[in-house]
Amino acid sequence: MFTTPLRRWLAFAPAYMWLILFAFVPLVIMLGFSFLSDVPFGRREPYLTFDNYASFFERALYQRLLGNSLGIAAWTTIGCLIIGYPLALVLARVIKGRWQAALFLLMIVPFWSSSLIRIYAWVSVLQRGGVIAQALGLFGIEIESLLYTYSSIIVGLVHAFLPYMVLTVYVAIDRIDRAYFEAAASLGAHPWRTFVKILFPLSLPGVLSGIILVFIPAVGAFVEPRLLGGPQGQTLGTVIEDLFVESFNWTLGAALSFVMLVVVLLLLVGVVILTRLRSRQT
Amino acid sequence: MNRSAILIITLLILAAPLSLSVSHAQATEFYVLNWQGYGSDEPWAIAQFEEAHNVTIVHDYFTSLDEMLTKLITSPGVYDAVEMNIAYLQPALEDGLIQPIDVSQITAWEDIPETFRNLPELAQGGDSIYGIPWTYGATSLVYNTDVFPDGINTLSVLWDPQFAGQVGMIDAYEDASILAGLYTGAVENPAAPTEDDIPTIQSSLETLAANVRTYWASEDEFNRLFESGEISLGVYWSGSAARARNAFNLPLEFVIPEEGAIGWVDVWTIAADAPNPELAVEWLNFMNDPEFYLEWDRVAGAPVPANSVTFEQLPEDSYTRQLFSDTSVLNRLAFQTYIPAETREALLEMWQEVKLFAS
Repeated sequence: MFTTPLRRWLAFAPAYMWLILFAFVPLVIMLGFSFLSDVPFGRREPYLTFDNYASFFERALYQRLLGNSLGIAAWTTIGCLIIGYPLALVLARVIKGRWQAALFLLMIVPFWSSSLIRIYAWVSVLQRGGVIAQALGLFGIEIESLLYTYSSIIVGLVHAFLPYMVLTVYVAIDRIDRAYFEAAASLGAHPWRTFVKILFPLSLPGVLSGIILVFIPAVGAFVEPRLLGGPQGQTLGTVIEDLFVESFNWTLGAALSFVMLVVVLLLLVGVVILTRLRSRQT
Repeated sequence: MNRSAILIITLLILAAPLSLSVSHAQATEFYVLNWQGYGSDEPWAIAQFEEAHNVTIVHDYFTSLDEMLTKLITSPGVYDAVEMNIAYLQPALEDGLIQPIDVSQITAWEDIPETFRNLPELAQGGDSIYGIPWTYGATSLVYNTDVFPDGINTLSVLWDPQFAGQVGMIDAYEDASILAGLYTGAVENPAAPTEDDIPTIQSSLETLAANVRTYWASEDEFNRLFESGEISLGVYWSGSAARARNAFNLPLEFVIPEEGAIGWVDVWTIAADAPNPELAVEWLNFMNDPEFYLEWDRVAGAPVPANSVTFEQLPEDSYTRQLFSDTSVLNRLAFQTYIPAETREALLEMWQEVKLFAS
């Protein structure tokens, strides 16, 4: 009835329409705003300008905030790797059957709740007289609050993004042909050597997608830094939120968002190029 | 997807807001613009007014006062009654968005204290009145009565190094600037700081930053901080302080200290091209009617009523009543007024720098 290309087009059309309507068009509108002097509503007469972008380079504040955002995202990614990789490894290679499903469920269930609830849960764990303070109190250790520190932000964000890392790494490890491990074992390779020479290199694509999936949203995070970091939690994300919600300065907010987007894209392109170069060498 | 399809979709998106004004033209609806959950959208109140005047009320909301202005600008002839802070009467009038109100038709006008009726913002330098005071409140010092049993009557505790790490500061650049102006006494009009005042305000806020445990942004956040003992001092809203005492039993006291505090006044206005101006007057009267207001306060908790008749009928044990029954309190409030956009932007930038570099 339909020719193959048309049928394929029809199959993908809803997905593309969705992407164009809800991702691409808003992005283009925001890009447009970022080059205007004011939002184009009512009697305001906006003109084209680079001022919004210039203010990023003129004000040390924004650069420092971007640095904060990148730093927080980097620590979050490292945290997710350190906790997530062994977890994924155990899930893929050690635990089998029902227990595996149960562990996955344990990891996923908290994410059926709102992210705000999870953040507030961390607040009550970390705050003065909170869960940790009370637990340590049982052993006679008195501590002040653990809230509003740099580490409390990272704890909250690692918790928020851990499943992305675990799932991508798990899939990568699970896909490795078991025959490799059998061959390694039959040739007398120590499990550690098998891990270093076979498992780890073959899981790297999963690690890379995990890093990308964690790092990108973590750069733009503003809720966790604000609620868990207190005065430590100033990021470019919190300022962009202020610009949109508090001071109605959409044009500057849009420009700062695009600066962030470009910096993140450049970083990721750098990572991808580096990994390509390395894999070519080996 | 080809280019024309993209074009059609884009046009459809851009045309969506137009449908609102088109569909409105043939309906007999009454449009109210306000913050969400701020009295006017109480379901029982809507039902009451709709029945009494045979109309359908349509509520639209804003999340910032600048958004309120934008909505009025982009949708002329749609809204009837609009709620706003007195600080925004000036930009609203400059853009021709609101109309004069005949106060002889406002039932409660004579019952509104002169302090409010004489606010220069209401008349904007002319003879006509553009807004009817509805609610007011203060943003000021609160403290934990368990930690400070002797009470506090000065803003200087917030700056006192003794109490480092105990202050929950409000994350709002205008409020922070006004408080710093009141505390230092070096700003000529603390309610409306100018760009010349910024260095004074900035250095004062930088000192304060050393004492700040965190900058809070919502009532819920503040109450949690206070309850867990993370903070024992702070800057809070009067209405929220009343709720914190009544609903959550927090050991909290709200004071208007000797240096003064921030006051705000909200008014109801009538949009310039309101389709139903007579009905809008009825709405303004309804909003200031003690019967509506007391029920609002009973059901949801309301700010301080500008109508003194309503105020007198608040329950005896009302914390709001205790705080504001002394009229000298009103004279110590620096009422928020219009700050030009450039100054606001400079204050915001100053505030961002204080938070980032002095914390």
